[in-house]
Amino acid sequence: MDKLVKLRYWWFALSLVIIIPGLVSLAIFGLRLGIDFSGGALWDIQFVERTPGQLDTERIRAIFAAQGFEGALVQLTESQVDGRTVASAIVRTRSLSETDPEPQRQRVLSALSAEYGPVNQQALQSVGATVSAESTRSAVIAVIAACVAILVYLTLAFRRAPHPVRYGICAILAMIHDVLLVLGVASILGVVIGMEVDALFLTALLTVISFSVHDTIVVFDRIRENLMNRRPTETFDEIVNHSIVQTLPRSINTQLTTFFTLVALLLFGGESIRNLVLILLIGLVSGTYSSIFNAAQLLVVWENREWNRWFRRSAPPGAEATAA
Amino acid sequence: MRSRDIYSLIFILLVAGIALSIVFAPEGRWLFNRDVSVRLGLDLRGGIQVLLRAAEPVERSVMQTAAGVIERRINALGVAESVVQLSGNDRIIVEIPGIDNPEQAIETLRGTGKLEFIDTKGEFLAPGTIVRTTGSPNPIALRPTATVTGTEEITSTVSEGPIYESITDGKDLDLSSVQPPQIASQSLTNQFAVPFAFTGESARRLEQFTAANIQRPMCIVLDNQVFSCPVIQAALIGGRGEITTNTRQDAEQIYTQLKYGALPVPLQVESSRTVSASLGQGSVDASIVAGLVGLLTVALFMILFYRLPGFLATVALLLYTVISFALYQLIPVTLTLPGIAGFILSIGVAVDANVLIFARLKEELRRGRSLNASIDAAFVEAWPAIRDSSVATLITCTILFMFGNTFGVSLIKGFALTLGLGILLSLFTAMVVTRTFLHVINPLPFAQNPWLYELKDAPGMRHARETA
Repeated sequence: MDKLVKLRYWWFALSLVIIIPGLVSLAIFGLRLGIDFSGGALWDIQFVERTPGQLDTERIRAIFAAQGFEGALVQLTESQVDGRTVASAIVRTRSLSETDPEPQRQRVLSALSAEYGPVNQQALQSVGATVSAESTRSAVIAVIAACVAILVYLTLAFRRAPHPVRYGICAILAMIHDVLLVLGVASILGVVIGMEVDALFLTALLTVISFSVHDTIVVFDRIRENLMNRRPTETFDEIVNHSIVQTLPRSINTQLTTFFTLVALLLFGGESIRNLVLILLIGLVSGTYSSIFNAAQLLVVWENREWNRWFRRSAPPGAEATAA
Repeated sequence: MRSRDIYSLIFILLVAGIALSIVFAPEGRWLFNRDVSVRLGLDLRGGIQVLLRAAEPVERSVMQTAAGVIERRINALGVAESVVQLSGNDRIIVEIPGIDNPEQAIETLRGTGKLEFIDTKGEFLAPGTIVRTTGSPNPIALRPTATVTGTEEITSTVSEGPIYESITDGKDLDLSSVQPPQIASQSLTNQFAVPFAFTGESARRLEQFTAANIQRPMCIVLDNQVFSCPVIQAALIGGRGEITTNTRQDAEQIYTQLKYGALPVPLQVESSRTVSASLGQGSVDASIVAGLVGLLTVALFMILFYRLPGFLATVALLLYTVISFALYQLIPVTLTLPGIAGFILSIGVAVDANVLIFARLKEELRRGRSLNASIDAAFVEAWPAIRDSSVATLITCTILFMFGNTFGVSLIKGFALTLGLGILLSLFTAMVVTRTFLHVINPLPFAQNPWLYELKDAPGMRHARETA
């Protein structure tokens, strides 16, 4: 336990190992944007008299195309009606007309029921191009605004500690770690299981940010306190290590309780928030890791101005110590 | 026990009592008949939310008028708990919960609403008659909304019949000229009059028509529905005139129709979200199960891990849950699925404050302080971390709320609201409730047992036991 700080470059390396695949996926495939950010319509349609095996995506695509919605993406699912399992389809198309959406909707539904019998429109969302573009811009602004506001608050909260800005910046770096990790995972999940980035994803991301900072603050608060009661023989490294060890039980226990509630939500909490919960789960684990193994460790790197040593021939002190 | 703790305990019990009386209020009615029933969001009870935007650039005041018109039209549909909210300068958010065929309702709301004066060639038309006019020969605005089901074909009731000549166009009505009802100027009896004025082409045509048709009827038509057919008393010079009625009530009605009857600008459906009621019910059931399982697991974990303080924190957590729901019902907060997720997540936050405090409590006990001194020290030392982390989360909640508000994404708003409320409330339950509970049990002999605090030995307690 007393080597947590010494091993800091290993922790940074671990973070990179986890983040880089996501970043690669992000660079190649990007994010799979949902209709909130890219515009479009999402139809959730239940075929009351059909069982799951009886539908065919190509046929549904053709029906949508005949009604003016070419290139629809069709995903077949199932749902329950009075205890029976019936076929459902989730169809993504371009958005409905802004001036006259109702006839379009009616035409599609009648065409579907002409082919498959009675249909139930379970949900229909349509987002126009202007609003989706504005949402995207505001989402980026929201994330940046959150970062800046937290940086300012942290600097104020730690103004009595030496170098208050450092705490803010290290917390933000840990936060960026979590944002990158979550974005990377979202990109990979978009490729693998077709997960889409929607308004709820943004919610999850901002929550991850705030919880990450939450964790970081708890660790920093201990460092601040221990620095004030510093014994002359103690080095900064030792204080940070000591503070991490002291807050570790709390970090793990809080992580566990949140983990329990999220798993309960994931298992029982309904289809529509499943992605939100999944991202929260991943993000919260990352947030706890980054607060202990990145944010606090970065303070040490900064205190020792270790970047002066990075470009010399000898290995960084952390790596050296573990190799020995 | 100090007297301060007794007061705190009484206060907590009082708050708990009030919260319980709200949550279990009979028929959702509380003090002075206030409605405290649970409000479920569109995703949980079904309904529609649309973001309407002006089709052309307009001023904010125009949008305010439009929002007013829509609100009146929704009220006419008889839907409770609907929301009409202006957003930014050119958007209106409309939410109608629990309605069949929500898309058609929106179509009705969106109808531009046309005010016309028509030439009936001397005929009196009964108020309420639907007519075709030259300005609007194929009325769509007044299709019945409540009775048509999804698959039924809509047939217009007025596809045939005469087309009446429109004298004026509603666009030319000068809204600033429409004044609240006043006692009619040229009347000796108590008649009421609503002044109005048209501008441009409409004013010229109205003047010509009224001059040629004195003592003959002229019908006022709103959205193709005859409103009334007053008799022309005098030529309306410059398109300026007044509508006279016998009762103030009629005059008020005409006034609102003239002033707000027509949407001042066509509105486009920029985004819409519809959820069926059955899908919503499934989500409600799922969330209740998830909430219970989550709460139970956390309670078990806290008790097994932290023993006595964990048990007290669990009691505080139950109180937290009850107060949360009481607040949701009182404020009221509309519960959405992400909103419930936000609440369940806030349970984790509420527990975190306790975890921080208990960790400190153990440290203090280990150092040999008495239980009483350790409790106070633990709260003082844990406070900065709890405060700073709460503020950080509140900052993001505020930003999320603003984002959700601008784009009518009520789902995000719900999440931010319940999470934010949860954080404020958890400060109360952790800093006041758990602390009071700990102080209250402190004098009890059984509480002076290190095992209850997950410790092998606590020197301060040994001392307390020996002196007792």
